[in-house]
Amino acid sequence: MPTSDALPLVRITRDPLDDAAIQTLTRAVEDPSVGGIVTFAGVVRDNARGKRVRYLEYDVYPEMAEQEMARIAAEVERRWQTNRVAIVHRIGRMEIGECSVVVIVACAHRAEAFEACRYAIDTLKSTVPIWKKEVAEDGEEWVEG
Amino acid sequence: MRVNLRYFASLREATGRESEPLDLPASADVAAARELLLARYPGVAKLLPRCATALNRAYVTGDAALHDGDELVFIPPLGGG
Repeated sequence: MPTSDALPLVRITRDPLDDAAIQTLTRAVEDPSVGGIVTFAGVVRDNARGKRVRYLEYDVYPEMAEQEMARIAAEVERRWQTNRVAIVHRIGRMEIGECSVVVIVACAHRAEAFEACRYAIDTLKSTVPIWKKEVAEDGEEWVEG
Repeated sequence: MRVNLRYFASLREATGRESEPLDLPASADVAAARELLLARYPGVAKLLPRCATALNRAYVTGDAALHDGDELVFIPPLGGG
């Protein structure tokens, strides 16, 4: 993944969000003024509504998704007084156990870091134009949520 | 006027297209575009009512006015995260 220290860091990528990528993102939001870093990592699960999931395929409206993710980062900045935010969503095919999305928020104290991170992932799920197709053992479908 | 439709996810599969132009009368709104789309692709009858609308990359409601050259995207139920 290309690295850039510009914060807030908002990105759509086809590259794996593996341990090294998450560590790079964490380094990007670190700062001596920071006392709490909260990381949310969304991971592909092997089951959904009683089905055995084989893998997921994510699609994106890229221009609008980046814009909506930037809007979320700006709102975090405004409400929790920190620009030390990274929001990265992977698209394309993802296997069980792979990470599809990472949200990292760093604040002076833990309470606002938890709150801001929760806000960011919840809002991403309801506003950012990204879709997932669940490929299960008995068929495939685009699923909500 | 002519707007550019782009399709993603389930709508891309239902229409078999990534994008296409849509010609509309000068005063048409988003709701009119929905009706035309439905006439062109009867197979989206169940899906389209569940879709939000993005006009030039911003969410809008059905009464939003369209203009020549607009980018119009019907947004199927989201699945990000």
